[in-house]
Amino acid sequence: MDALITIVLDGLQYSSYLFIVSAGLTITFGVMKILNVCHSSFFAWGAYTAAFFIGQFSEMGWPDAFGFVIIGLSAIVVGLVLGLLVERGLLRYMYERDEVLIVLATFGAFLVLEDVILLVFGVNPYFAYQPMALLDSVEIGGITRDVYGLSLILVSSIVAVVCWYGLNRTKWGDILKAVINDREMSVAMGINVTMVYIVTFVGGAMLGALGGAYIAPTVSVTPGFGIDVIVLSFAVVVIGGMGSIPGALIGSVLIGLLRAFTVHEFPQIELFVVFAVMAIVLVFRPEGLFAPPKQRKI
Amino acid sequence: MNATHPILTVKGLEKSFGAVTAASDVNLDVVPGEIIGIIGANGAGKTTFVNMVTGYLQPDAGSIQFEGRELVGFAPRDVTQAGISRSFQVSQVFSTLSVYENVLTALAIARSPGLDMLKPMLRPDLEARCDEVLARYQITDYRDHTVSTLSQGVRKLLDIAMAVVSEPRILLLDEPTSGVSVEEKFDLMDIVIGALREDNVTVLFIEHDMEIVERYVSRVVAFYQGKIICDETPAQALADPAVQEYVIGIRADAQAEGG
Amino acid sequence: MLKDRTVQVVFAGMLASIVLGYFIPDWVMNQLMFGFSRALAVLGLMVLWRTGLVSFGHAFYYGLGAYAVALLDIYLGVSDAFVRLAAAVVVAGGVGWLAGFILRNYRDIFFAMLSLALSMVLYGILVKTEALGSTDGFAVSVPTFFGYKPEGKYALFVLICVVGAFSAAGVQFYLNSTLGKLTTAIRDNEVRVEYLGYSVAQAIHVKYVISTCLTGAAGAMTAMALGQVDPDSMVNWTASGELVFVTILSGPGSVIAPFIGSTVFELLRTYAFELVPHAWQLIVGGTLLTIILFLPGGVWSLVERFMGTGKKT
Repeated sequence: MDALITIVLDGLQYSSYLFIVSAGLTITFGVMKILNVCHSSFFAWGAYTAAFFIGQFSEMGWPDAFGFVIIGLSAIVVGLVLGLLVERGLLRYMYERDEVLIVLATFGAFLVLEDVILLVFGVNPYFAYQPMALLDSVEIGGITRDVYGLSLILVSSIVAVVCWYGLNRTKWGDILKAVINDREMSVAMGINVTMVYIVTFVGGAMLGALGGAYIAPTVSVTPGFGIDVIVLSFAVVVIGGMGSIPGALIGSVLIGLLRAFTVHEFPQIELFVVFAVMAIVLVFRPEGLFAPPKQRKI
Repeated sequence: MNATHPILTVKGLEKSFGAVTAASDVNLDVVPGEIIGIIGANGAGKTTFVNMVTGYLQPDAGSIQFEGRELVGFAPRDVTQAGISRSFQVSQVFSTLSVYENVLTALAIARSPGLDMLKPMLRPDLEARCDEVLARYQITDYRDHTVSTLSQGVRKLLDIAMAVVSEPRILLLDEPTSGVSVEEKFDLMDIVIGALREDNVTVLFIEHDMEIVERYVSRVVAFYQGKIICDETPAQALADPAVQEYVIGIRADAQAEGG
Repeated sequence: MLKDRTVQVVFAGMLASIVLGYFIPDWVMNQLMFGFSRALAVLGLMVLWRTGLVSFGHAFYYGLGAYAVALLDIYLGVSDAFVRLAAAVVVAGGVGWLAGFILRNYRDIFFAMLSLALSMVLYGILVKTEALGSTDGFAVSVPTFFGYKPEGKYALFVLICVVGAFSAAGVQFYLNSTLGKLTTAIRDNEVRVEYLGYSVAQAIHVKYVISTCLTGAAGAMTAMALGQVDPDSMVNWTASGELVFVTILSGPGSVIAPFIGSTVFELLRTYAFELVPHAWQLIVGGTLLTIILFLPGGVWSLVERFMGTGKKT
């Protein structure tokens, strides 16, 4: 029973932050048809920024609760700055080019941003535990869990609801879905697709950064942070289908729980399992579980 | 083969896409050497018919017999190899290649069975034939131009030329003059039908322009909502009230539609 | 075939390398060995790239080739270079043929992702299996040549040069054939190719198997040159990424390009590590971006410009 609760909660926690990261990635993928590898950098930069400033402000004597504000601000600022930098500085010159080449370009950007982290933040680890310590722990079914970890589930639920509401109940959501469905037609309808791209990319970047920032207090932030998560988010996005938030949700839960289960019971196959699932889904549903509709060709 | 024995027999073809009926009990016999015009309003099922005959779509029911062989279940490449080719409503050509390379590619595929595929593509027998084809369809002037720079009319001729190099017995043309300017339409069809008649190819072409239909065909087949509503000579077809209503759109109270 | 200018250059290069190899210092020969070995894999990726397909998981076949050599050595005591090479090609090609049935129906990012997934499944298996070396891998004994056991690595170097040259010539022959030329047509308009009478899936399947054979050979050569195999440097997605990077760096313009690009990469890696060890990723990333944005034809396009002709191959 203990093991089960641990696995489920671990799984949900992991799924939660995987979802926050994947949501941004899948929207970018759906709207812009780009699988953005440097999403991992947004994640890492969000984590480093949050960890760094939490440490600084804590030293200056600010209350620990302020750490949450820093997390939020880090997400916003990193998302905005890096998002704009990458989109305006690189991607906008590449929209006419081959899909896979764009992915490679984002991979190049990712490599660059990774080393810039080293230059800016150094190679030593950051551990900004304050917000986590603040929320203390609680007992569930005889097991002690950090409240902070549970709050992650709450945060990602909020993100999911906001995404759902935004996509299905607002005009902006309609515009996004139109562009996901048919870009040329959207342009013909007078939609400012450039602006949509910018906002989407920056929004996605913020979500990526939020994932990193929020998880930072729970771990030691070191170089190479987040590479595992990004590979898993690729799996989530590919499994869930391009541009599908429900797909990202289901994918995150699936992968998160699966990973929690294998880490606890069969640690040997942890790596193997996620990719095996991705391979299986791709074989049977080549475009993912919730694929965008396809146009008639001839 | 007996002159009146059908080369193509379509029986009981059915196809639906959800609630949309694209083909309903479609029956057609085609005799060698015929030139048939297929007419009908948009969405009536004409292109779907061509797609099914050429294997791009599989019918829900029915059979398509060509020279005694059942075509249902064949993929487009098998249908082409069997002897039926088609052209496309929106020209499907290789836009990054030159006109010459387009025809060469088509010829190379048609003339390289099995391991011949490993032979060089630039070989004398193909190259000679290539120039012949370009001359036949009067696109020699554009030989080395990249296709993406060319007009619709030339692209259409190229599209058709590529379909013909495999020496098919039946050729299906999907709106060969759509997107082509009024002045060029007749020139294009003169070239195409002229070349095809010379080779005794049986032709079925989808067309919205009734003048073109009247001029080149001996038989008109009209589609409406997946059914064939008329299968007569051009004169009879144009006078047929069903055709007038459902294809040409002449109704006492309606505005002009179709075409 | 020998009239083809590219093939002439390839064999001239091979002879030049073999002769020079006798005189150059060991460390230079090592660089060239690794460079030319990897070039085979890049050649394979180039064949796929010209069809519009990029595999993010070719380290799978690289690893299969390398591990085939290692396992033959460890468990069967096979040390003959030719047998090892043949085994690597058969294994990699065989698996590639099987995987090809599935992969040939995928395009763009999905092809890339499925390739990645398959390669990581192998990685996972290797890392967790003791009998397959786990994370440590295996040491590979020095190769012999029909019984002859050489002193240094010169014999292996010659083998690599010869295999490289014949592979390049073979690919050149293939690219000029009808099937090879279909590559561009497929990339342009698949539906039309199907309608003209040829199976696109089959064409892609053939190209895929060719690329896996070449990559398996590359893995085998590297294993023999390096004297060891391990999953992290050979099978991990980072290894696949590296292969893709070198492919882009080389450019798709000629079968000679991979050899030049791979050597450039080898030099880059050696000197970058010496001069700026913490900025390796920055250099690779920056180079990748520069090539994609400003020099899409890769290093080869520079060579063409330098020679003034802009060779068409």
